[in-house]
Order: sequence, then structure tokens, then C-alpha cells
Amino acid sequence: MTEEIIIAGFGGQGVLSMGQILCYSGVMQEKEVSWMPSYGPEMRGGTANCTAIISDDQISSPVLNTFDTAIVLNQPSMDKFEDAVKPGGLLIYESNGMIRKPKRKDINICVINAYDESVKMNNTKVFNMIVIGGFLKIKPIIDMENVIKGLQKVLPERYHHLIPLNEDAIRKGMEIITVEHQLN
Amino acid sequence: MKELRLMKGNEALAEAAIRAGADAYFGYPITPQSEVIEYLMANKPEDRTGMVVLQAESEIAAINMVYGAAGCGKKAMTSSSSPGMSLKQEGISYIAGAELPCLLVNVVRGGPGLGTIQPSQSDYFQSVKGGGHGDYKLIVLAPATVQESVDYVKLGFELAFKYRNPVMIQSDGIIGQMMEKVELFEQMPRVEPDYDWATLGKKKDQPSTFITSLQLQAEEQEKVNLRLQAKYREIEKNEVLFEEINCDDAEYLFTAFGSCARITRKAMEMARAKGIKVGLLRPQTLYPFPTEAFSKIADKVKGILCVEMNAGQMIEDVRLSVNGKTRVEHFGRFGGMIPNPDEILNALEQKIIGG
Repeated sequence: MTEEIIIAGFGGQGVLSMGQILCYSGVMQEKEVSWMPSYGPEMRGGTANCTAIISDDQISSPVLNTFDTAIVLNQPSMDKFEDAVKPGGLLIYESNGMIRKPKRKDINICVINAYDESVKMNNTKVFNMIVIGGFLKIKPIIDMENVIKGLQKVLPERYHHLIPLNEDAIRKGMEIITVEHQLN
Repeated sequence: MKELRLMKGNEALAEAAIRAGADAYFGYPITPQSEVIEYLMANKPEDRTGMVVLQAESEIAAINMVYGAAGCGKKAMTSSSSPGMSLKQEGISYIAGAELPCLLVNVVRGGPGLGTIQPSQSDYFQSVKGGGHGDYKLIVLAPATVQESVDYVKLGFELAFKYRNPVMIQSDGIIGQMMEKVELFEQMPRVEPDYDWATLGKKKDQPSTFITSLQLQAEEQEKVNLRLQAKYREIEKNEVLFEEINCDDAEYLFTAFGSCARITRKAMEMARAKGIKVGLLRPQTLYPFPTEAFSKIADKVKGILCVEMNAGQMIEDVRLSVNGKTRVEHFGRFGGMIPNPDEILNALEQKIIGG
């Protein structure tokens, strides 16, 4: 199993930490992982992305131009990465603020309204955890218990009381993600 | 106990410096290297081991602080990225001339000039061919993983003290910024220096120790040069490191170092899947260069593609090693652009197989 993921959105949406949480969780599940952030001028201009690779085998390139899964959380990211999904791959997008829907017919497409859900949960900070939940529903490559272990590693101890809230958010994401286009 | 963590290359390297028992770090922030000094400041190694961490007023001050600490026999290091490394070159030449040990880290970004902050390998010439003046060599280690960034800190200090020579870790924006699993070695103790070359205060029955890179008499300077050259021959004999992947049955060969070797490895896997018998030879030491390994493999492969994130620097050493026995071509992206595996495979097919 090798899963090559690009996660992209605005700075502040928790894009980089989503990748880190997935990778930490992967480590807990004894996978090989690599995480590569964008750190260039785009980081200073609002959009951010990271590449996360989770694999049973040694990972060669940490930098990729095509992906098994693209998780896009704003319109510029959709515009940039829709075409980078491998044929037969998966595109997950946040519906809030998305003006143009994806056009590809050769990939699986899922939609999640994580922002509205996070507002309902009275905590927009769990937005990215809802998205992670949605992704893990469609591609259950990591067990929930290892995601929790991963969170324990990523979060400093003073935030460990927030782990149950994050777990709720992940489960919520698993509930609300919907399939928009499915290949046979 | 060994410890498994998920860490950024820069942070892992900084942690390794503390654990290797370094006495001092002097640096100045610059992207994409700043996490080294950030991590060291945040982790307060003065409380853990007594290691000194200081943000100097400039790169030039930092390298001269390293020079001073090294003269006292201390395990001292500095890190920077390309433009900052250019500023340090005078100091590096002095340290090499005075035959002192130290560890240098260059997390390379695109140039020339202030260039860009994205990853590059365009400082190969500067690191390997002597970026400062005079006939000197640095031992240059090129990590391709976060794990190697850690391991080479330990190895780097060992080699620096073994040969009393500056050692350079040539990382880049990818290796510095990416996170990977890493196994950290145990904390090593800091060692009280006891070297006859170090300036530790003159005792009554001891001759004076004098550290300098200045010899006014040409005869004396030539003696220094001859001694340095003899040392470099020893290093070339003993310290070459490289990795060969899928080279046994290879008809063609990729070569690349650092992060570029990772991307090239992906291209190799894609080529193998298409039935192209291609291997990868990855120099882990850029100086001393794995000359013999290239010379040997040149007898059996039909061509070598040298992949670099520069306009063609390591390829000169590959060509010298191969000495015309097989064709050597270059593929590179530069200015902070990262080659993708498809274009590397395409270059192999166009320039080597079809060329």
C-alpha cells in the first residue's frame, strides 16, 4: 500500500497539521511516511499545501507531481491540483466557498462541508479534523486508535484534553462526507 | 535508548548536534535553514548538556566564533543557507588553513545572489571545490534522508576531529523542510578537550601552541600545503561513502545526490517497471568523491545520466571518474525548481537510451 496525498488550502485552515497528523498516525501503524510542506513565497501569500506519503515500503521521492488523493480546501487549490490527481484517484473538496465544481470524470470525487459542521460544533478549529475524518472514511488506511495515538504525539501535553473533541470531529467527518462522482 | 520520532530534517539535525555532545553552535537565521537555530534556542541545550547556542550578529561573526571555539579544541558548528554560506567562506578557508575541526551545514537554496528560498543543489562547486581561497578541501557529506541528516552530524564531528578538518553537511530545502521517521542516537557526553594543538592555556613544561593560517615564508607555506595534500589523500583513501541500488544488472545508470537522489530513485522504479535496466549510484560523500565506483561501473553501463538541481556541477566529477569510458549526460532543474520523476525518466530515454 502506498498512498500519495496532497492537501491544499488557505493558511490557517490547518493544512500542514493535517498532513502531520496523518503521518504521525501512519508511524503509529508502523508505516513509512514522509511529509513535505510548501514553504516558499506561497506560504507568505495565504495558500499552503503539503505532500503526505504513507506506505508499506521505503518512500523514494518526497516530492511528487501526481497524487492518489488531493484534498482541496479552497478554489485556488482546486484549480491547481484537480489535474494532479492520478486517473482513478480521489479528489475531496470542501464545498464552502467553492465557486467551480470539479470537471474530471476519470476520478472519484467526494465533497465535505466541514466548515459549516465545525461552526455547528462551536469550534472552527476542528475544521481540519473533520476533513481528516472524511478522508479516512473513503480511504481507511489508518485505524482510529492509531490516529488518536498520532494526535497524542503531535499535540503538546497541555492540549491533550482536546483529543476527545478532535475524535468527535473525525467521527463527524466520517458521517458527513458524500460521494459526488464514483467510478465503476 | 534509541528513540523513534517524526521530525523535520533541520530539527532532527539540531537535535543530533545536542546529542553528539557539541560544545557550541553559532548561527544566523536564513530560510530554509532557520529551524536549526530555532530548535536549538527552544530546546535550551545549555540546560541539557551545557552546549552554548548563540545567534551571532552576522554570518561572518558566526564563522569566526566557530574558528575561535575550534581553536580551543571545542566541538563547534554553524549552519546557514547559500547566501549566508558565501559570507562564511573567508572564515572557512582560515579554519581549513589552520587545520581545525568544525561542522558546517549548508541547507542549499537557489542562486546566484539572494536567489530564491526554494531547494537547490547549486552550491556543489562551492562545497566541493573550495568556496574560499587557497588549496583546501572540505569533507562534504550529502544526506538524502532525515535519518542521514542525523547520522552525518555524528559522523561529521568524528571526521572533523580525526583529520582536524572542517566537515560540511550539504543538505537542501527539501531535506531540511521535510518530515520523516528518524531514529535518534543516545546522548553522548561533552568531552573536555585535551589536544596538543588546542590553545588551552600554556602550562610551564609545555611549548606554546600557536594557531594561524598565516605563513610569511613561502617555504613554510608549501610545507603546510604538502601536509594538507597528504591529509586529503588519506581522506580519499579511507572515507568514501556511496550507495548502489539495482546496479548489478544495470545497462544504464542514474547518478544523483541528496534529495535529488530520492526523486531519481522514483524515476528508476518507473523505468524498471517499463523493463529498462537502470541502476542508481548515489554519492554520500561528495568529497571524497566515489571515483573508483564510477570508474568500475563505467565498464559495464551504456551511459550515465547525472541528475542535479543545478546546471551541471557534480557531472564534472562523474566525467573525470569515468574518463571517457561511457557517455555521461546531465539533466537538471534549477533556481529552486524541483525535477519530477517523469521528466527524469524522459531525459534518460531521450539523452541516454535514444541519444
